[in-house]
Formats: sequence, structure tokens, C-alpha cells
Amino acid sequence: MQLAVMGGFILAGMAPLLHHWFGARTPLVMAILPLSMAMWLMGQWPTIAAGDVLLLEWAWVPALGITLTFLIDGLAWLFAMLITVIGALVLIYTGDYLKGHRDLPRFLVVIVAFMMSMLGLVLSDNLVTLFVFWELTSITSYLLIGFNHTDLTARKSAQQGLFVTVAGGLALMAGLVMLGVAGGSWSLSELNAMGDVLREHDLYTPLLICVLLGAFTKSAQFPFHFWLPNAMAAPTPVSAYLHSATMVKAGIYLLARLQPSLGGTEMWIIILSVVGAFTMFTGAFLAIRNTNVKKLLAYSTVMALGTLTMLLGIGTEGALIAFVTFLLAHSLYKGALFMVAGILDHETGTKDVTAMGGLRHVMPKTTLVACIAALSLAGLPPLLGFVGKELMLESVLAADHFDMLILMLAFIAAFLTLAVAAVMVLKPFFGKRRETPKTPHEAPTGMLAGPAMLATLSLLLGLMPGVLDSLVTATVEQMGVAGPDVHLALWHGINLPLILSLVSLALGALVYRHWDRVRARLARLDPLLARGPEAGYEALMAWVVVFSEWQTRVLQNGYMRNYILVMILTLIALIGNSLLLRHAPQLAFHLDVQFHEAVVVGMMVMGALFATIARSRLGAVVSVGIMGFSIALTFIQFSAPDLGITQLLVETLTVILLVLVLFRLPRFSTLSNPLERVRDVIVAGCMGGMITLLVLTSWSIDQFVPISGYMIENSVPLAHGRNIVNVILVDYRSLDTLGEIFVLALAAIGVFAMLKFRAPERSVKQGAAAKENADG
Amino acid sequence: MEPLMAVAIGLLYAAAIFLMLRRSIVKLVIGLMLLSNAANLLIFTSAGMTRGAPPLIPDGMPGPLGTIADPLPQAVVLTAIVIAFGVLAFAVVLIRRAYEIVKADDLDKMKDTDT
Repeated sequence: MQLAVMGGFILAGMAPLLHHWFGARTPLVMAILPLSMAMWLMGQWPTIAAGDVLLLEWAWVPALGITLTFLIDGLAWLFAMLITVIGALVLIYTGDYLKGHRDLPRFLVVIVAFMMSMLGLVLSDNLVTLFVFWELTSITSYLLIGFNHTDLTARKSAQQGLFVTVAGGLALMAGLVMLGVAGGSWSLSELNAMGDVLREHDLYTPLLICVLLGAFTKSAQFPFHFWLPNAMAAPTPVSAYLHSATMVKAGIYLLARLQPSLGGTEMWIIILSVVGAFTMFTGAFLAIRNTNVKKLLAYSTVMALGTLTMLLGIGTEGALIAFVTFLLAHSLYKGALFMVAGILDHETGTKDVTAMGGLRHVMPKTTLVACIAALSLAGLPPLLGFVGKELMLESVLAADHFDMLILMLAFIAAFLTLAVAAVMVLKPFFGKRRETPKTPHEAPTGMLAGPAMLATLSLLLGLMPGVLDSLVTATVEQMGVAGPDVHLALWHGINLPLILSLVSLALGALVYRHWDRVRARLARLDPLLARGPEAGYEALMAWVVVFSEWQTRVLQNGYMRNYILVMILTLIALIGNSLLLRHAPQLAFHLDVQFHEAVVVGMMVMGALFATIARSRLGAVVSVGIMGFSIALTFIQFSAPDLGITQLLVETLTVILLVLVLFRLPRFSTLSNPLERVRDVIVAGCMGGMITLLVLTSWSIDQFVPISGYMIENSVPLAHGRNIVNVILVDYRSLDTLGEIFVLALAAIGVFAMLKFRAPERSVKQGAAAKENADG
Repeated sequence: MEPLMAVAIGLLYAAAIFLMLRRSIVKLVIGLMLLSNAANLLIFTSAGMTRGAPPLIPDGMPGPLGTIADPLPQAVVLTAIVIAFGVLAFAVVLIRRAYEIVKADDLDKMKDTDT
């Protein structure tokens, strides 16, 4: 399976080549990959159904404990099936949707890469691998939302989606690292077995918050829900695939996966159920305000994601059963509805449901598919959506915390969703025929196949929900419920959820009837909604720009001394910090100085200090020379004759060079004001003091055995040299010396070039002077 | 001897940093020279300072007699001295060229790339 996923990435890269061979049929050819993966998964079903776990091990970075191990259990199987089957249908759909599009190969590259990332994400057993795939889905999703890159809105939406999910991804990374540290393992299956340890761990609270941030941003939970409707700028196959069935469910998947290890605490229950319920309500509420068919669906997806989070929060056996059923039902009908929305857009040229009408006459097949899927969305019998909704209401009624609040939100969401479903089907397909920008025809087979199949599945599974019993059992078992009692049925008898459903049906019908008036009323809330989380995001982005501008102005203002000042201050802060905190500075020393040595050192220091206050260039050069020669003397006094000789030579050359060149420059003038000079003296003083402390301290620290012992011992036997310093230069560290020669050669070429080549308008006199200098 | 050297190196560093913070480009270059010399001394003294025991091996001996000064910092400093000279030569010629064009010894007048 790992090979298949990796091969999938390669296949994605080969899409342009395949397109060259197969032309418009490429998506069909590429659909073979997810289909065959789905077949393979079907073949594993007996193992999964028996409650076993398939562990496919593959070491990746063994030294860090990172493996590419795939874990296939009920939960992973369910998600993997959704990804591969819907993925194949979406590819087939794309074949017709983007027929003849110039950028079809690019689209295929990214969508197949996304498919594989998503598969990797749900199958990974290792936290690090999971995170890598998680980020890959963010990046590929960015590329897909921004597919129409010439469109400003698409670019902006893509960026928004990326920033929100990647910011969450950062939090998730911190959370996963803490999880790995707290549990002492990077394997999800091992972590799930030690839930009690994790829940008691000190890191539990920060860890949970970080992981939840990651999951909530990815799954568009309130207050991060705003990126999902904006992501509808993507081509419809993308919306159908990423933003309904797969990617936005990644966060949900992660929460479900971590339910046994992190779930069940007070904090988990409260955060998840409240955030979920609120997201559910927000989604349904915002959906009803929209007339754009894709936004309508997007907000209803937000609502569904909220429902799933809420069910995980409630976390009882019934809630988890409802979770799995609702998840499956939602993926089936929402995928189908998005594809229908794509058909509408493709055939009529508009996305506004109020601009369409009476399409059932021209596209009867699409109408039938849309009706079935919308019935499932509305949660009406005999569809799977009904089963899911009844289970959801049942578990909400049995919730331990905030049951009244959650119930109320769930009830409102239910009837609003019903109205959304009605709008989605009744407006475009029924009623009076309206003129649309394009003359609609029945959708091509490729575009109809996907939604038709998903809708049929919704219907069949709704009629015979018992088929799902074993799948739901296997999945719920992986979420920490041992031996669940699963009997999905269409008819539960007359009970409270059914009555609630009936009431919501009536209310939903009422909302639909007065939809125009409801929207007009809700439009009054626009100013309030404009101050929502999205405004916060915009403000944050604007602030980032302002901050960067300010920082650039301050740090990169073009004044050399400011750069130096910043660097020096940073250096002082960093070195000083570790010097004072990690090593106590040593101050007590035995002073063993002979008079002539002290005189030489004194001359050295005087030379340096005089150079700083010299008024003339010659004075400065002379004092630097005195300092250099004193250093050479010090080298000679302290057993370094080679250094002394080199220093003498170099110092002589330097003085000559400086005199020759500086002779042509003006006298020093006082350019800075006294205040600046005082500041600079203080900074320089700090630096000097710190270096002194550093030198004093460094003698008392021996972190490693010096390597020079080896060099001394082997100087004669191996290198046949008696001057050890020379042996080091030409034998032990000869590459260094080679590099040094290279640097010198480069400097010489640079000097020569600068003196020799000049712009044409330069006078002859200057050229002659330069030649003179070069010779000197 | 080492504490005295530590103080001397600190003063050299301070002088170098002060000069590098001047607006005059010539002072900047002189500061650079002081800095490289100070750094050389820092490396040189880091292994401790030994009097009158150069890292040489007398003829006919397989190894040195008695304790000798650590040769490794010396080798490193030797490389550094030569490279510092190369850099200095380049910098000096560069500021001369810059002066010919900008006609000023003031770094603040070299802010623009258009001159």
C-alpha cells in the first residue's frame, strides 16, 4: 500500500506525459489507480470486519523513530474507501467538466497528489508521517483552490485557506510533538493504548489545545469556518472532493483517531460539543442567507462538520455510532450535490439558484439525482441521511453536558438544513422555466456517473442500513468503545427524534416558502456579520504587512552603522546571556607577567586606542602599525615564531598599502554628533568587557580533549616535518591552506580588476594614477 | 599573563567596534583591521600562553622535548592573518574606487545604489 501511495505521487507527476498520450481520456486512465486501491481495500474487508488491524510496516527514518507504517483498521478503512471511491468518481467527472481545458494536466497533477496525501494521512500510524501528509494536503489544496490563478478572488481565497490551515498545522505540529513526548511513542496505535497515562499527563491541556487548533482550522470549525465558503473559488470537482468529502474531514478524522487517547475528559467533551454545536448552527444559519449554489452547499458542509465534531464531543456509544453513519451519509450526498452544482454551473453558466428554474424539462436525469441527494441532505426517509440524523438527534437527547443548548442548536440547524435542501433542488429544477446565460442540456455521462452512483448508494444504504452494521461496529471499536451494539434501521418506531424530525420538516417547509422574506430580514444582520472572524483575519493580515514595513524601515534603513549596531547588540545579548547563565565568569587569576611583556602589550593597546582618536589619516595608520608590530612581538615572546614572522610581513605590507591609498582620501572630519559617540563608546565598551570575560572564562572550560596531541605525535613519523605548525598547514589541514590560497588569488584578481577596469568617461590622469598604485 | 591578555583583547575589540560604528569609511576599514587582529589574539591565547617553547622538533628526535606550545591555534591564526590581509587589500582598493565615484568619505552618502 505504501508503494501504491508513493507510486500515486509519481503518477501525479507523470500526468502531463499521460495527457500527451491519452489526451482528453487521461482522467479516466488515472481513475484506474484509486479504483484499484479501492478494490484492494475491499479485499482487506474480511480482516477489518473481524475487528483486526492491518499493520503495514516500513521504516523511513529509523534513527528518529519515524516510520511510514500504515495502519488499516475500521476507521482508516472507512476514510480510505471514501477517498479512493469518491476520488475515482471525481476524476471521471473532471474528464467532462474540464474537457479541453488548457490546464487539465496541471489540475490532474495536483488532484492526484492530493488524493495520495489524503490517503497517507488517514493510513499513517506515525505522528510525524501523519503530519507530513497533513501539510501536503494543505499545500495541494492551496494549489487547487487557486487553480484559476488569473482570478484575483481565487488567489485570495487560496491564500486564505492556506494561511488558516497552515497556521493550524503549526499548532498541530506542536501538539503532536507534545503528544509524542508525553506518551513516549510516535505510533498512534501505541498511544491509543495508553489513554489513561496521557489524560493524566501534565502536558494534556496544552497538547489538547494545540491539536484541537489544528483540527478545527482544517475542518472549518467556528471561528475558522470562513475559509471554506471562500474556497469555493476552486473548480467544482475540487469542491466536491476536498471541501466536502475528504480534506475538511481530515480534522474530524484526527479527532476520531485520537478519541481513545485524548477523549473523554471534561475539557474534551465541553470544547468539542460546544464548538461543534455552534459551528453546526453557524453553518446552517449562514447557508440560508446565500443564493449562490456552491456557497449554499459550502455552508451546509460547515454545518455537517460541526455536527460531526459535536458527536465526537458527546462521545457516548450512541454518539459515535451516529458519527460514523452521519459521516458516511454526508460524504455520499454532499459529494453528489456538489457535482450537481457543477453540472448546473457548467450547463447554465450561472451559480445563482434564483436565476434558474424549470430545469427538470431539459435535464431529467440530473433532476432525479439531485432530488435523491437533497432528500438525504434534508434527512428524510428512506435515505441514509435520515438514519444519520435520527441517530444524531437521539444521541443529542442523551448528552450529559449542555443537552438543552445543544439540542436547541441541533434542532434549528436541522430545519434550516431542510430549507437549504429544498432551495437546492426546488429552485433550479422546478417551477417556471427561466432564461440562463447558457442554454442548458442534459449533463454528459461522465459528469452524471459520479453523482448518480453516490445518490444510488445513499438510497440503497438508506433502505438497507443493516448492511453497514459491521462497518460501523469495526469503526466505533477503534474509537474506544468495546463491543458496541449496532443495529442501524430506517424505522425506530415513534419516538422523540421522529417527532422532532416532523416538527423540523414543517418549520423547514415554512422557511422555504418564505425564503425571500427570510433572506431580506437576515440581510439586516449584514453589518454585524461583517465584523465576524473573517474581518479579524483581514485585520491580522493588514497588521502583518504594517509590521513588516515598520521592521524593514527600522532594521534595513540603509545606514551601515545601524546594521553593525544591531549585529553587535545581538551578539552581546546572545553571548552574554549564555556566558552569565551557563558559566559563572571566572575572575580570580594568578598574574604572572614580566616587565617587557607588559610593555609590549601596553604598546599594543595604546596603538589601538590612539587609532580611534587620531585626527589624521597618517596618525591612524601609524598607530595601527604600532599595534600590529606589538602583536608580532607578543607572538614571538610566546613560542610562535612563524606567526611573528608572518605578522611582521603582513603588517609592513598593510602600512604601505594604507599609506598609498589613503593618501588620496580627504582628512578625517567629525561626522557624528557627541550623543552618537557616547552611545558608540558604551556599545563598544560592553562588547570589549564581554570579550574579556569570555576569554577569562574560556580557560576554565575544557569541553573536549585537544586534538593537537595527535598532530604533535605524528609530525615526524607520518608527515616527516619538524616544524609542527607548518606540518599542520600543509599536511593535516592542507585543504584549508588551499582554500586560503584561493581566497588570496580572488582578492588579488578583485584588486587588479578594480584598479585596471574603469568606466569609459574616467579621465586619463586617474587611470595613470591607478596604474602607479597597482605597480606600487 | 592570560588575564592581562584578556583585558588587552577586550580593549582591542572595543576600539575596533567603536571605529566600525563611525560614518567615515576609512575608520570603518581601520576598525576592521583592529577586529581581525583582536580575533587572532583571541584564538592564539585560547590554548593558554607558553613562554619559550615553540612547537618545533629537534633534529634526530621522534618528538618534541618537554612541553611545547599548542601548535593548532598557531596554524589557524596563521591562515587567518593571511586571509585578513587579502580582505583588507580588497577593501582598501574598494573604498578608493568608491571615493572616486561618490567623492565622499561618508558612508551615509553611499546609501543609494544610483551613484
